[in-house]
Amino acid sequence: MSIMKRLGLIFRSKANTALDRAEDPRQTLDYSYQRQLELLQKVRRGVADVATSRKRVELQMNQLQQQGDKLQGQAQKALAAGREDLAREALTRRSALLTQTQDLETQHAQLQGEEEKLTLASQRLQAKVESFRTRKETIKATYTAAEAQTKIGEAFSGVSEEMSDVGLAVQRAEDKTASMQARAGAIDELMASGALDDASASPNSDIDRELAALSAGSDVDSELAAMKQQLGSAERQALGEAPAGGSAADQVPAEQPDEHTKEG
Amino acid sequence: MIIRIMAEGQYEVADDELEALNVLDAEVESAVLADDADAFGSAFTQLLDRVRSHGTAVADDTLVDSDLVLPPGDADLHEVAAMLGDSGLIPG
Repeated sequence: MSIMKRLGLIFRSKANTALDRAEDPRQTLDYSYQRQLELLQKVRRGVADVATSRKRVELQMNQLQQQGDKLQGQAQKALAAGREDLAREALTRRSALLTQTQDLETQHAQLQGEEEKLTLASQRLQAKVESFRTRKETIKATYTAAEAQTKIGEAFSGVSEEMSDVGLAVQRAEDKTASMQARAGAIDELMASGALDDASASPNSDIDRELAALSAGSDVDSELAAMKQQLGSAERQALGEAPAGGSAADQVPAEQPDEHTKEG
Repeated sequence: MIIRIMAEGQYEVADDELEALNVLDAEVESAVLADDADAFGSAFTQLLDRVRSHGTAVADDTLVDSDLVLPPGDADLHEVAAMLGDSGLIPG
């Protein structure tokens, strides 16, 4: 049998099952209306859940972006210091980060799509629930319980089907979001453990450490150079070759620390 | 007639469209049976597009049962196969 017909039959049999539960027709209308409102709440919660997941992915994308920028900066520093090996290491890590970011971007687009679909589903259901409420009130006001029986089927047309559809849409969105949440959780854990290129964020990062060592090294070199220069001029002074513009005696510190009486 | 695309909404489609839709529907079905994802993707997309382009969207507040129902546009072959099975994936 055709797919369209078969799915149509599945939906209709679901609707009939819902109807068979009817005892007092007018109570059934109210009962169904309650279930519709509950489903509406569920869809809205679904929209909120998906939005939360989307925001979490956005946060992770921002974090990865910051780490990527930091690694880029480290690569530039390392290269400026003539350490191409370090620069290469930083860029390699950055490229792994970019792959991760692309994955997150795909997830983000999927979540956005789910969010839009559920939002539309919620709007459709709300419009139908409102129509049903009007119809329900009309039936209750116009017909006796016995008469209403024949109108029940009409009242339910379209609503049961919409509820089945929306129910499935929420379920699918939850399934998809759950698998993405699991991946987001895994990324959070990797970030926390420092395994995911997050090493750059910690002060003990090897690239950071080597860069720090490089800059410390150059500081030591420049201090040594300065000291050598001072030593050189002191030797020249000792040999009576004081530089023009001042005698060594002038530069001897005149101040001696005063002996202050210490107060007990 | 009224055709629902799941997770999307209902469309009112002229009855004389049914023949063309049935051809595409049969292609989708044989692709599902053959477990041929490529053929499925192409036929399924054409089927949905034809309903959308030849149909008129039913207003949100209209309460009417559908004559035919199609799986959601992002469903893959295996999901469709599961929906058609006895597993009763459509919640009541």
